[in-house]
This record gives sequence, structure tokens and C-alpha cells, in this order.
Amino acid sequence: MGDMIKGNIAVAEAAVRAGIEVYAGYPITPSTEVMEYLSDRLPALGRTFIQAESELAAINMVLGVSACGRRVLTASSGPGISLKQEGISYMAQMNFPCVILNVVRWGNGLGSLDGAQTDYLRETRGGGNGDYRNIVLCPSTVQETVDLMYEAFDIAEKYRCIVVVMTDSGLGQMMEPCEMPPFREIKKCDWGLDGTYKVKRADFLGRNIPGESEEYIRKVRAMRDHEQRWETYGAEDAEYIFVAFGMCGRVMNGLVREMRAAGEKVGLLRPITAWPFPEKAFEVLREKNPQLKGLITVETNGEGQMVEDVALYAKKCGLGHLPVYALPYACGVPKDDVVKADFEKIRAGKIKEVF
Amino acid sequence: MAIERHVPSLCNYAMFCAGCGHGVLLRLICECLEEFGQEKNTIAAIGVGCSCHLKSGINCDLVQCPHGRAGAVATGIRRAEPEKFVFTYQGDGDAYNIGIAETLNAAYRNENICVFVVNNNNFGMTGGQMSWTTMEGQVTATSPHGRDIALTGAPIKVPEMIAHSFHPAYVARGAVSTPKEINRLKGYIKNAFQAQLNHEGYSMVEVLSTCPTNWNMDPLKAHQHLMENVVPYYQLGEFKKRGE
Amino acid sequence: MALSKAYVDPERCKSCGLCIAYCPKKALEMTDEINSHGYKHVQVLEDVCIGCGTCYTVCPDGVFTITDGEGGKIHG
Repeated sequence: MGDMIKGNIAVAEAAVRAGIEVYAGYPITPSTEVMEYLSDRLPALGRTFIQAESELAAINMVLGVSACGRRVLTASSGPGISLKQEGISYMAQMNFPCVILNVVRWGNGLGSLDGAQTDYLRETRGGGNGDYRNIVLCPSTVQETVDLMYEAFDIAEKYRCIVVVMTDSGLGQMMEPCEMPPFREIKKCDWGLDGTYKVKRADFLGRNIPGESEEYIRKVRAMRDHEQRWETYGAEDAEYIFVAFGMCGRVMNGLVREMRAAGEKVGLLRPITAWPFPEKAFEVLREKNPQLKGLITVETNGEGQMVEDVALYAKKCGLGHLPVYALPYACGVPKDDVVKADFEKIRAGKIKEVF
Repeated sequence: MAIERHVPSLCNYAMFCAGCGHGVLLRLICECLEEFGQEKNTIAAIGVGCSCHLKSGINCDLVQCPHGRAGAVATGIRRAEPEKFVFTYQGDGDAYNIGIAETLNAAYRNENICVFVVNNNNFGMTGGQMSWTTMEGQVTATSPHGRDIALTGAPIKVPEMIAHSFHPAYVARGAVSTPKEINRLKGYIKNAFQAQLNHEGYSMVEVLSTCPTNWNMDPLKAHQHLMENVVPYYQLGEFKKRGE
Repeated sequence: MALSKAYVDPERCKSCGLCIAYCPKKALEMTDEINSHGYKHVQVLEDVCIGCGTCYTVCPDGVFTITDGEGGKIHG
């Protein structure tokens, strides 16, 4: 078991070991420790740290680095990620990969500093203008954050897409024992611009839009086919399956074990990729678990966001007859006894299904 | 028969309007890339608007930046590729309106890049709207009664701001009008190139240009207007010389 | 000694007329021929042209090549 380390520091170090050459960012709570750490760490390794004048400038610096085929990270929270959407959409257009860490904080606009899952819909729908998806990785422990950040760059380069690692205030600020992966060799992607004009361009007015759309469809389908990740517990015989990611997934992991030990027929589906949503898990449930009575999301936001995906993919995977409930708890970390009490209300018909 | 003066091969046919000054700047940049041996060592960051025509207008690596963000994108390129020649090519709407933060901050950091801004007193690509460089009283699509500087501010002088407030390597303003001014401008561009290649830091050359289409003038009349009405306000010359 | 001359790539011309206006020898004129982009293009009156390169300098579209009549390279 590794040393105790704070989530934000651990994830920054994981990116260093994955081979980032540049970090560009702007301070915002609760993600700031990432840039504080890298402001010392990267120059010490002969790499580059840039404190940008704004979130917009930061993501556009990331765009410039990515255009050269080099690994680059930026991190932010809430309104900071909103500002970055312009650059994210442009990078999606040009197939420039990068990794973005969103240490989610609660709310609209300025919001608050509390951890939450209020950015689920924005992250899973792309976020900016146009026709693209980002792969969204949702860890629930510091170790998993490190492991996913380390792998995120490989995934981003494989599909030449943007990968969002979505943690939150809680996961960023907590300390846990953590093993660090080895240092990767730094290398430039062969498609990166090198000044020799080896990749020829078309004029901006003469784009092959149907061709670009076909390419997009191929890419998104490959991502859907190969990148779904999830974890289940007790799903084979559960009557009710809780669906929860991130900090909620962590809470439900403990609670489902406790409830099962007390004889409750409950299970857990913890999406690790919020996009692509792990619909394959539902296919397994349909085949293996005929006694399933309902799906219940546990989320920290206003009225449930992931619940929409759960209902859509349940329908797609032949579980459309199941009621889909949401237990949304504004922000922070759901409390065991509150979730248990609300589960009783669901069984008693006092909390109605959303879909 | 040997060639005495020939447009560099990296300078393509560009889709600018007839008589537009952009084409002259594009050619001068291409000449300098060739003269300094940087044709195969260059990554450009181009703006949005008429600058988009560089996508097909120049045979070198480039990134089409989000509107106004070339200063930030070029910073990323510079830091990722310290040995490449990096320049931005933007219009005044791109660099001074929506992108003024990125433009000033790249200068403020003294990034080792060359910044070329075409100042033609309006947003050209979108059909001639007022920009921050539009002259007092100038009629545009969004100042139909002439620009009222009491309401909109006076035409902005960014090179002077950068030269006098920050610590750049080189700042100048030239014009693509008469042959004499075009030749002088070439000298400014060469200085900007040399500054970057010597790792002296940030250089900006603003280029006063005509926009015959949106000024509603024939190309020659636009040249005369530029020299008689624009140059007296936007003075030409070097505001920060190298080594000063 | 043969004089330098200007030569025209008619495909690049957009008939803006700047070269005609600035030519010190009045050695350029617009033709009635239309190039593939839809523009009339200039032509050089070879007998009048002295190859000074003014047209090359002011042309926004890279229409002109100036050749050295002696066969030596004098880059401008």
C-alpha cells in the first residue's frame, strides 16, 4: 500500500508520470492544488508549466500544444470548465487529443465549493457547440483517480479525442494511500505538427461535411464499443440496483454491502465511464437477472441528471419496463441512513419513478 | 533566363477580394520565411475572419485558432516546440476586439513569437462591421451614421500600448499601400523574424490595409484613403526597436 | 543588354488594377480575357516594360514574376 496522498496532488503526479510535457491552467477552487503542485514539479523535470491569464487562454494553449502532438493537461472546476468549452469544441473539430480534469464543484454560475455531480449532463454531451463526445472517466477513490488519469492520455491519443477525468471537491481534497505508476517515456505523436507541412490542408470553405460526419460516426461508435467501463456488485440477484458514480458510487459500494449483509436484495452498478455510458451492463442484467424490479440512481445534484441516461439505456437494452428512480442529494456526500430511508420510501411507493 | 523576383512557392492563390491588402502581407511573410530558411520549420496560428484564407493561401503548418485566441494558441505551440518558427496572423477584430486579452497577455509575457495583425478598420469577413480600429465618423454596417467615439471609444492603438507598457522585443506599424510603404513594411517584418530567431522575444507588426469591398471604394481609391485619412491617425514606424 | 521584364500568371489576377495605376511606364493593361476564377487579367506591354518590379511589389495576388534579362540572379 502506497503513501497517503491528497487526491489533487495524486492526480497531478499521475499526469506527470503519464508523460505530460505542458500544463496550462488558471486557479479555481477546488482544483487549484493541481496547478500549484505542477508549477514546481514540471520545471523540475525540464517540462513546462504555464499560468494562463484566463481559462480561455489556458485551453487554447492546450490546443496549441496538442496540435504539436504532445501530451498536455489542464484542470479546472465549475465555471472554469464552462469557459473552456470554446477550445474543447475546436479541439474536437480538429481531432486534437488532450486530458481535462474537472474537479466538480456544485452549482450554476459561481456555484459553491462543495463537491457535487451537477456537471454530468454537460460533460457527457460534449459541452460546446457541434457534434462530438468526450470520454468521461469517473473515479471514486484516489487510487482509481491516479489509474484513470494515467490511462486517459492513451485513450485520448487512441481516438484523438478529449478525455475528461471527472472528480469532485471531496475526491480532490481527501487523502488516501495510493500507489504511483512508473514514468512513461515522453514521445511526440507522429501526426503532430512539426513545421514541415507534411499534412496538406483544404480550404476552410471547401470542407467535406458528409465525409467528416461519417468519420465522426465511426469514431464515436468505436468509442462506444470499446471504452465502456463499469463495476457491479450483487447485480445477479438484486431486486433493486443502485446506479451511482464517483463519490456517490463510493458511498453506495459500502452501503449496498451493508444492506446485502442485512438480507436486502440490492445491488450496485457503478459507471466508471459516464460517457460512453456502460449500457453493456444493462444487457448483462437483462440476461442474468429476471427478478429485477427497479433501477435507482443516487446523485448529488438537483433532480438527477444521470437518471436520464439510465432510463434511455435501460430502454435500449430491453429493460424499458423497469421503473427508474432518482435519489438526488444536492451536494456533498450522501448519508447512509438517509439513502436507506429513501429506499424504503421507494418500496412504499412514496417516491415515484422519474421514468 | 533566371528569376529575379518570384512569388515564393509556399504562397498560394488566396481567396481574398480583389485589391485587398491581405495578399501583400501574405506574400511578404512568405518571402521572409523563404529568405530566413524557415519554410519547413514553421507553425502558424491564424485567426478567424479573412485570416481563414491562409488555410489555403500558405503552404506551411498552421492551426486555425478560435476567434481571437491566436496569442494563446501560439504560446502553446511555442512552449511545445521551442525550435520552430511561430507566428500569428490575425485581423484587427480578431486580435484587438475579441482577442485583446490573449494578444496583450502574450505580449505581456514576452512570448518569443511574431504577431502580424491586419488593421483594415473593420470586420471584413462578416461584411464590414465596426471594429475597435474603425475611424471616427467611419460608416460601417454597425455604425450606419458614422462611428461616434463618444459612445464607442476612439480607434485603438495596440502596438503603441504594447511598446510603451510591456517589454517586447520589437513593435512596428507598416502599411500595404504604396510601393515605398510596402518595401518599408518588408523591413519591419524582417526585424520581427530576426527578433524571434535570436530569441529576443515578442514582436508585433501591425499592418494598415485597405478593404476595398467593405470601404465601398475601388482598390486605388482605397489606397489613397488609407494614406490620406488612416495613416495620419495610425502613425507608421517602429515603436520599439530591437535592442532598445 | 536585354532588359528585365515582368511576366504575368493570368490565373492569379483578380483585375484589381493596382499594378496598372502604379506602373511608372504605363506598361500594363487589362485584357478582355477571363481566367478560370472569372476575372479579367492584366498583360504586360513587353516593349514598354523595364522590369522595375513595382507591379510585383503592389500586387496583392502574386501575379508577377520579374526576370533578369541577363540571366543572372538579382534578388529584390
